[in-house]
Amino acid sequence: MRNTYIQEKVAKVILAIFTLLIVLVLFSILGGIFIKGLPALNWEILTQVPKGGYYFGKEGGILNAIIGSVYLAIGASLIAVVISVPTALFIHTYLFSFPNWQKRIRLCLDVLWGVPPIVYGAFGFNLMLFMGWPTSLLAAIITVAFLISPVMIRAMDESLQQVSHGLFESAVSLGFYKGEIGYKFLLRQTLPGVATAFLLALGKGIGDTASVLFTAGYTDYIPESLTEPAATLPLAVFFQLSSPIPEVKARAYAAAVVLTIIILTISISSRFISKKLSKNKIA
Amino acid sequence: MRNSNHVSSIIDQEIIRKDQAKGLHNLIYVKDLSLWHGKQQTLKNVELNIRDKGITVLLGPSGCGKTTLLKTFNRLSDLYPDIRTEGSIFFEGKDILSKEIDVYDLRQKMGLLSQRPQPLPGTIAENIRYALKLKGIKAKSEQDDRIAHYLQKVALWEEVKDRLKSPAGRLSIGQQQRLCLARGLAIEPRVILADEPTSALDPISSRKIEEQFKELSQEFSIVLVTHILRQAKRLADYVAFMYFGEVIEKGRPDVLFEDPKTETFKEYLFVGH
Repeated sequence: MRNTYIQEKVAKVILAIFTLLIVLVLFSILGGIFIKGLPALNWEILTQVPKGGYYFGKEGGILNAIIGSVYLAIGASLIAVVISVPTALFIHTYLFSFPNWQKRIRLCLDVLWGVPPIVYGAFGFNLMLFMGWPTSLLAAIITVAFLISPVMIRAMDESLQQVSHGLFESAVSLGFYKGEIGYKFLLRQTLPGVATAFLLALGKGIGDTASVLFTAGYTDYIPESLTEPAATLPLAVFFQLSSPIPEVKARAYAAAVVLTIIILTISISSRFISKKLSKNKIA
Repeated sequence: MRNSNHVSSIIDQEIIRKDQAKGLHNLIYVKDLSLWHGKQQTLKNVELNIRDKGITVLLGPSGCGKTTLLKTFNRLSDLYPDIRTEGSIFFEGKDILSKEIDVYDLRQKMGLLSQRPQPLPGTIAENIRYALKLKGIKAKSEQDDRIAHYLQKVALWEEVKDRLKSPAGRLSIGQQQRLCLARGLAIEPRVILADEPTSALDPISSRKIEEQFKELSQEFSIVLVTHILRQAKRLADYVAFMYFGEVIEKGRPDVLFEDPKTETFKEYLFVGH
């Protein structure tokens, strides 16, 4: 005889354990960083650039890295939007009639998504040498833009896939041309998805280390132009964590806390924004 | 491939003249139309005339090719590259399947009302404004007048006049369908192509759409696709019964429904009751 009740309970417990495990992992990462980082986090570290002897535990802060990361992520995300919106719309308008091409392009994007960031870093580095640029904010922005574009396009693509074929057919029947349908209706219908895609990519851009390792350089100053090198938060964590001096190590965790808070804010606000923008959506 | 040679076009002009001499005013002539989805043939040598004004019903079971036929009238079939056609559809003296046709212009003359209402993202007023802008009406005041006019025409005005700026997606399905009809009328079509427009609606909303079709049929040629026999009987001025891609019987409803010629149609009439 099948003992359904017992099987049901066992299944429920096993599934719940794994779910709990992954939630615990998240909280232990957050907990670990906050426990180690919060004591070192103060107003000074947030508002000052490194001063003389900073890397030996003396005065200063990580404002250079915070600003550098913000510049980098915003710059890269804006370039990525310029690349991604037309690409995603093209897939859903002019390629509407060619599902095989849609699939091929998606495959390319998925492959690009899977390429490790260090490879993008190497690509950016080569591009930089080819163009004769120094390590700079610009080189890093372009590298990160390439890194996050596939993520952004696929996220927009996924949300455009929710739009019914009927909407497209209706707009075609009214006599709109396909490009017009893309920017007038599809974009509007998927605005929440586009905003989420932007923030998702922004989060990925701000947190990525490997792609900017060779291209951004590192500086104790806040970059004043695109051609100057820039510090980033992930690199600030990396460099300070490898120091043997305990004060510097603690500041690495403080930088990690700042980075984590920025990413959490982005991801929570993406949900909020996507809800707000859903107003004009047709169910 | 698409066949629109000169000879057939001259012959058809003659047919048109003969019909007109008999007092028949046809707006669309479908001539020996066949259509393939890849290797599968969906329409087989369809011959059909669509009357000017009035409601022509394409009746038949699901999958018989009615919707496919309807979507060749506004060349929506162009969206699917695996569709291949042979034969001609004459409208305003031209073969609309030929490459020389301006499809954007054609689509504005053939307003399509789809099975499920498809409001465009935006407010109720914006939905009609989109259509008015397509017609080149730029002045806001004229747009507003026409929005009111077309909403009144589909009997939606009283229900929505206080919330023209609320999202179209918040309307009930029945109201959305009437909004789509109003939007279609704002394009000023000659023909209304309706693809089972009541199938997603409740009986009351369906009845409202049907009543509007009756009224609109004084002004427009309506081609209505349906599988509902009773709807066909209520609305049709002319009926074509389709089965497996062929038009099996066609004619005036009083004659056709009383005296079916083929066994297939007899059975459909019997089961449909």
